[in-house]
Amino acid sequence: MNILELHSLKKYFSDQKAVEDISFNIEKGSIFGLLGPNGAGKTTLIRMITGIFYPDSGEILFNGKKFHPMNDIINIGYMPEERGLYKKMKIGEHAIYLARLKGMSRTDAMTSIKKWFIKLEMESWWNKKVEDLSKGMSQKLQFVTTVLHNPQLIILDEPFSGLDPVNANLIKEEIYTLAKNGATIIFSTHRMEQVEEICDQIVLINQGQKILDGTVREIKQNFKENIFSIEGNIIPENLMTHIFEVVSFDKGKLLVKLSKDTNNNELLNFFINQNVSIQSFNEVLPSLNEIFIRLVGETTPTRKFEMIN
Amino acid sequence: MNKIGIILSREYFTRVKKKSFLLTTIGVPLVIMVFYAIIIYITVSGNNEKQKIAVLDEANIFNGKIDNKEQELEFSFLKNETEQSFISKYKQEGFQSFLYISSDSSASKKYRLHSPSSTSLPTIANIESIINDAIRVKQLRANGIDPEAFERLTKDVSLENTIDTEKGSKKSFAGIAYAVSFGCGFLIYMMMVIYGTQVMRSVSEEKTNRIAEVIVSSVKPFQLMMGKILGIGAVGLTQFIIWIILLVVMQSAIPIFFPDLIHQINNVPQANAENISLLTNTVQGIASLPLLKILLSFLFYFIGGYLTYASIFAAAGSVVSEDQQEAQQLVFPVLMPIILGFVIMTKAVNDPNSDLAVFGSIFPLTSPIVMMGRITYEIPLWQMALSILLLIGSFLFFTWITGKIYRTGILMYGKKASWKEMFRWAFTKG
Repeated sequence: MNILELHSLKKYFSDQKAVEDISFNIEKGSIFGLLGPNGAGKTTLIRMITGIFYPDSGEILFNGKKFHPMNDIINIGYMPEERGLYKKMKIGEHAIYLARLKGMSRTDAMTSIKKWFIKLEMESWWNKKVEDLSKGMSQKLQFVTTVLHNPQLIILDEPFSGLDPVNANLIKEEIYTLAKNGATIIFSTHRMEQVEEICDQIVLINQGQKILDGTVREIKQNFKENIFSIEGNIIPENLMTHIFEVVSFDKGKLLVKLSKDTNNNELLNFFINQNVSIQSFNEVLPSLNEIFIRLVGETTPTRKFEMIN
Repeated sequence: MNKIGIILSREYFTRVKKKSFLLTTIGVPLVIMVFYAIIIYITVSGNNEKQKIAVLDEANIFNGKIDNKEQELEFSFLKNETEQSFISKYKQEGFQSFLYISSDSSASKKYRLHSPSSTSLPTIANIESIINDAIRVKQLRANGIDPEAFERLTKDVSLENTIDTEKGSKKSFAGIAYAVSFGCGFLIYMMMVIYGTQVMRSVSEEKTNRIAEVIVSSVKPFQLMMGKILGIGAVGLTQFIIWIILLVVMQSAIPIFFPDLIHQINNVPQANAENISLLTNTVQGIASLPLLKILLSFLFYFIGGYLTYASIFAAAGSVVSEDQQEAQQLVFPVLMPIILGFVIMTKAVNDPNSDLAVFGSIFPLTSPIVMMGRITYEIPLWQMALSILLLIGSFLFFTWITGKIYRTGILMYGKKASWKEMFRWAFTKG
C-alpha cells in the first residue's frame, strides 16, 4: 500500500522549472530518501506534498485518495531545513502552540509533549525560553514538534545537521521506532552515508527531474562496474592477463575491473592457479556518493535561470 | 477553536504579557495626568503672590485712588517723592516695581514702570488697562459724560452659535468640536502607524527566523496573516480601552489628590472667572457633541483603517529579506497615503465641507483619518455611506491581493522581490 503517490507533478516559477514531471510512489512504513543537489527542486517538491504550494499540474494521492491539504495536513509532520522557532516563547508553550495548530487539543498536546520530552531527556526545559537553547537543543525541540501529533507521514529535511553524534543517534533511533510503528518517513538530504544507512528506497532528482528511483540495493547493483577486491600474497609481476584490468594495488590489496564476458570464477581460478593464498575476495559496489556525483556531476552543477512563458 | 483563533490569541497574549506593554499602557496616561495636574496646580496657585507697586502719579490720572479689579496687584501712592529720588528706594521699601506717570503732557514717554528685572507681560497688560480705564473715565468726565452711563451704552458682544437639528437647537462650541475632531483623527493616525508597522516587523521577523515555513505547513498562510493582524489589532484596542478607563478614573481622582484645587477655584471667582467659564464650556461643549456617533465612527474607522493598512504592511513585511534597510524603503510608500490623510485631516477640521475634505473622507486610503476630522460637523448621509462602503470594499480587496503577495513572499528567501514580481503574485491565479 502506498501512502503517497505523485503523478507527473509540475511546478514552474516565473524564471525556473522548479519541478518538471516527477512521479514516484512511497510505500507505507518505509523510510524514503529524497536526494538531490542544492536547487534540484527538493524543497519545492516537499512544499507541494505538505500543501504549501499547489502543483501547476499533476496529481498527489495521499492514502490512495486525492490529496486535500486542509484535511490531510494533520497527518503530516514537516521539519523544514530552514527552521525557526519563536525566540521569546517558553519551550513548553511553543510545543503546545504548534501542536494546537495541527489540530490537537491542549490536553492531548500536553500528554504527547510530556511523553516525548521524557523520551529525549528534555523534561527540565519546559519553562526555558527558546533563545536559551543551543543549536542542537532547538533541533531536538523542532524534531519533537514535528512528530508529536503522531503523523502518518513525517518529512525531515536535513534532520541531523547541527546535531552531535550522540544526539544524532538518539534521533536516528527515534526515526527507526516511528517507522516500525507504521509511520512513513521522507528523508531529504545530501549526506549520502546517512541515506545508505537509513533508507529503504531513494529517489534522486536533479534540475527538477527524477533521475533515479529504487531501493539502495537495486541502485547499487545497477551501477556496479564489476570491480573486485582481492587480498592475499599477490605478486604484482604476475598480473598480465586478459581477464581483468588492474585498478590499483596497495599494501597487498588488489582492485581489479573484470573484462567483459568473464565471471568471478575465472578471476578466482586465475589466482588459485598462481598458488596465491586468498585472504579475502569481494565485489566492490559503488557508494551512493559515487553514483550521485557521477549522475549529477555530468550536468551543470548549478541551475540556470530561464524565462518561461 | 479554529486556527486563526489560536494564532490570534498567541499574538495577543505574547504582546499583552510583555513588560513594555504594561509600561506604555499604564505609564503614558500616568505621565500625562501628572503633567496635567502640575499645570493645573501652577495655573491656580502661581499668581497668588501679591505684587506691590508704588505709584507716583504726577499727572493725577487716578485722583489718588485706583479702582483695582486685579487681586494680585496692590498699588500704593507716593507723596513727596520724585521719580529720581524714589528709583533707588522702591526695592528697599518692599515694592516689586514703581509706576511713574509724568505730568509733562508733551513728553514722549509719559508712563514708565521701573522694576529690577523685566516685568511679566500679563502684569504690564493689567497696568496698561488700569491706566487706560482711568484716562477714559477722566476724559468722559471732562466732556460731561457720566462714565457709568457710558458703560451701559457700550456692549461687549459675544456671539453664540446655535445648531438647529431636527431634535431641536443646541449651543455649538466650535473650539471643542475642533479639538475633538482633531484628536480623533490624530489618534487613528497614530494607531495605524504604530500598529501597522508592528505587523510589518512581526511578519518580517517570522520570515527571517524561518518559523513561517513551519507554521504554514500547519495552517494556510492567509490564516497566519489574519491571525497576526487581528491579534495585534486587539492589542491596540485593549491599550486604547485601558487608556480611556485610566483617564476617566484619574480625572475623577484628581479632587482626592488635590482637595484644595476645587476649593481654590471656587474661592477666587474674580481672578479665575475665565478659567471657570472655560471649564463649564468644555463640559457643556463635550455634552453638545454627538458622542455616540463619534464613538461608533471612531471604532469603525479605527478597525477598518487598521485592517486595510495592516494587510498592506503585512505584505510589505513578507517581501523584505534580512536587510532592514529594504524594510525602510518599503515602509515609506505605505506610510505616504497615511501621512497624506493626516495632512488633509488638518485642513478638514478647519473647513469640513471643502472639496478636498470631502474627497479625503471618501477615498478609502485616507478616509479613516480625514472622516474623523469632520466627524463633529454635519456630514451628508450619502458621503458617510459611500465612505463606509468604500472602506469595507478596500479592506476586502487589499486583504485579498496582499494575502497572495504574503503567501509567496514569506517563503522566498534571498533576494528582495521587485514591484513587478509582487504585482504578478497579486494578480495571477493560484
